[in-house]
Amino acid sequence: MNKRSWEGVKDRFIAFFFAANGILTIIILIGIFIFLAYIGLQAFHEISIREFFFGKEWNPTAYGEPKWGILSLVTGTIYIAVISLLIAIPLGVASAIYIAELASPFIREVLKPAIEMIAAIPSVVLGLIGLLIVAPFVAEIFNLPNGLNALTASILVAIMALPTIISISEDVISAIPESYREASLALGATRWQTIKGVILPAASSGIVAASMLGLGRVVGETMVVLMVAGNSRAFPTSILDPVRPITSTIAIEIKEVVQGDLHFQALFALGFVLFLMTFAINLASDIFLTWRQGVR
Amino acid sequence: MTREDVKISTRNLNVYFGDLHAIKNVSLQMYNRSITSIIGPSGCGKSTFLRALNRMLDIIPHARVAGEVILDGRNIYENGTDVVELRRKVGMVFQKPNPFPKSVYDNVAYGPRIHGIRSRDELDAIVEDSLKKAALWDEVADSLDKSAMELSGGQQQRLCIARTLAVKPEVILFDEPCSALDPISTAKIEDLMRSLKNDYTIVIVTHNMQQAARISDYTAFLLMGELIEFGKTARIFERPCEKATEDYITGRFG
Amino acid sequence: MNDKIKERIYLGIFRLCGILSLLILVSILIFVIEPGIKVIDLNFILGMWQTQDITKGGIFPAIVGTFYLGIGVAVFSVPVGICCAIYLNEYARNTGLVRMIRLAIRNLAGVPSIVYGLFGFAVFVQFLHFGTSLLAASLTLAAMTIPWVITASEEALKGVPDGFREGAIALGATRWQAIRTNVLPSALPGMITGSIIGLARAMGETAPLIIVGATFYMRGIPDSPFDKFMALPYHVFILATQHNHPLAEQYAAGTALVLVLLIFLMALAAMIVRYNFRRKRRW
Repeated sequence: MNKRSWEGVKDRFIAFFFAANGILTIIILIGIFIFLAYIGLQAFHEISIREFFFGKEWNPTAYGEPKWGILSLVTGTIYIAVISLLIAIPLGVASAIYIAELASPFIREVLKPAIEMIAAIPSVVLGLIGLLIVAPFVAEIFNLPNGLNALTASILVAIMALPTIISISEDVISAIPESYREASLALGATRWQTIKGVILPAASSGIVAASMLGLGRVVGETMVVLMVAGNSRAFPTSILDPVRPITSTIAIEIKEVVQGDLHFQALFALGFVLFLMTFAINLASDIFLTWRQGVR
Repeated sequence: MTREDVKISTRNLNVYFGDLHAIKNVSLQMYNRSITSIIGPSGCGKSTFLRALNRMLDIIPHARVAGEVILDGRNIYENGTDVVELRRKVGMVFQKPNPFPKSVYDNVAYGPRIHGIRSRDELDAIVEDSLKKAALWDEVADSLDKSAMELSGGQQQRLCIARTLAVKPEVILFDEPCSALDPISTAKIEDLMRSLKNDYTIVIVTHNMQQAARISDYTAFLLMGELIEFGKTARIFERPCEKATEDYITGRFG
Repeated sequence: MNDKIKERIYLGIFRLCGILSLLILVSILIFVIEPGIKVIDLNFILGMWQTQDITKGGIFPAIVGTFYLGIGVAVFSVPVGICCAIYLNEYARNTGLVRMIRLAIRNLAGVPSIVYGLFGFAVFVQFLHFGTSLLAASLTLAAMTIPWVITASEEALKGVPDGFREGAIALGATRWQAIRTNVLPSALPGMITGSIIGLARAMGETAPLIIVGATFYMRGIPDSPFDKFMALPYHVFILATQHNHPLAEQYAAGTALVLVLLIFLMALAAMIVRYNFRRKRRW
């Protein structure tokens, strides 16, 4: 074999090596799916699917008659997701508009890395601040014995989601061609009219995608809700009720279970439900992003 | 002109990018030790044609080539062609100067090194020789360790030519080599090409008709991927046979 | 006139929101620093942990644990992530396989950390019998970090001008030669920056550690990958929620401050790498 063709063989081998690393990502994703499904689905030998998805009470350790309904947990997750996004999306999008359209170049250069840094703050630290600062504050305002409830958790989860929403929306808005703005301003539109009439419509699907990614983070957030949401398994009726979303249920109970028993399997089933939820959310945001690229 | 004088030729060459048929049935001969220029309006497939000649299209996704490109009597698209060897033999200089972010010396020595030359003396000789042939030696002899990124645009392009010469090619493809340069640098590159003609087969793509007229021996006119006319440069510019050629060189196309 | 008033009101709202966001984010720092700084002294950082009287000991084992964890995650995630990015950006065409890999990466990036915890527990702790060890936790967090490293590395590779690749290939370089000699040297600083930021995020993760299992108390520091370990974020969590010492929350804040400083130092280092690189490059 001469030297030249040896180089070619080597090149092909190296290409294959890099491809193998790419394939590993697929293996991890499928691995997550299979392990969660394999362990989680075993729970349904003993728990009826109907009880699991439609039962309101989750009490695996109840003596004699454990309850396996995840409805109150899912409701907790939805409560927190909805309230926190109601806070984070308007604030995040408005901040993104400020950074991209109004702020001076200097302020923009300071704000962007600052927000990147904030995104790196661990959620356990936010949870701690929730315990120390936000919960007592909420308790005082609403005159509650303690502030560990859905609202407090939502405020903190909103702060978690804020950097994601701001930075993606800001990218989308900054990517809008300058000619759009110039055209609008040249027609005598004010800056607000330009933002409302040109910028926001052009950025809308990107902002939706940013919000969906934010939703994905919010639904999967564990530490903040574990620390400040109050952890009550009761079915929540008000935003000032303590709640226990899917994530914190897993985190709390995984330490108490016997490995391999029904409760253990049920927690994996719960994790599987969470995985499917975030998978669907990410897929949807993906569709919005590609749709936007298609429109351009 | 005898047949032995053809260095590289295409036979019914077709190039597709997905559904786009970019080069349509082009058959063209390029003669040894001469300059052939390819002219035509933007988007006519000039650069695509050039890239088919050293299989640079291989690295573009969706590109598909049909037909033959014959170099020294062998079709370069037949199975078993050593692409790496081919590209060493058929060098290419790009539209925008693309020196590597390395020193002047390392840029020129890059090709010889990847082809296995390690001896410092040998490399020194190749670098000096190539830079001299590229008419850059006098300007950089004292600063071979300087980053190539610090050179002027015209110097960078001559460095890229030196880099190509260093692997001792037989054919050099120029893809609009002067489009990013000022008139003085352009004149230097054109002088250089004329002197290189004595040793190499040169194919140049250009959108500048004066340039084609000034330097080339043969000219091919491409339009919408088709070869409209080919012949001696003087003949093409003075007595074009095709209406489209005449329209183009008298400036009715963009 | 009406339009002008409207303009002022709306733009004012946007400004307010922008400033409010920044204020919230800055106040987080203040809220950690203010109670945390009181407990930080040399003994707190370099002392061994005393679980009986938390005011006596320090969090040295947790710092070391988090540091080891960072190394473990780096070993398992950075090479794989960079190689995958090289494949996607340098070799891959738009085939079904590549679309699947990209879909997998985007979805992996969105999988909640607690789900990674369950996955890691099932695979590394149980199936592969690594137990609740540094190794199992590193592998779990690495799986989570890989998509971040890939995204950042691909970004860095995209920043390398095509001319560097074409120029080399036109000289007869093989693809790998072109990548090794021309693409990687230019992309590496960006890859390192992205990887450091990814690692910093992984080192702050708590939820997977709850499941895969960090420990709250250990004598000394781990000396094998199969040892149990303490970690800063887990330590914050336990002190803040499951410790009844009256000063536990203050010590939690102290630990949190150390964690945040560690992460910021890493982010700062990453930014310095990026800055130096941008200053030097000339394309």
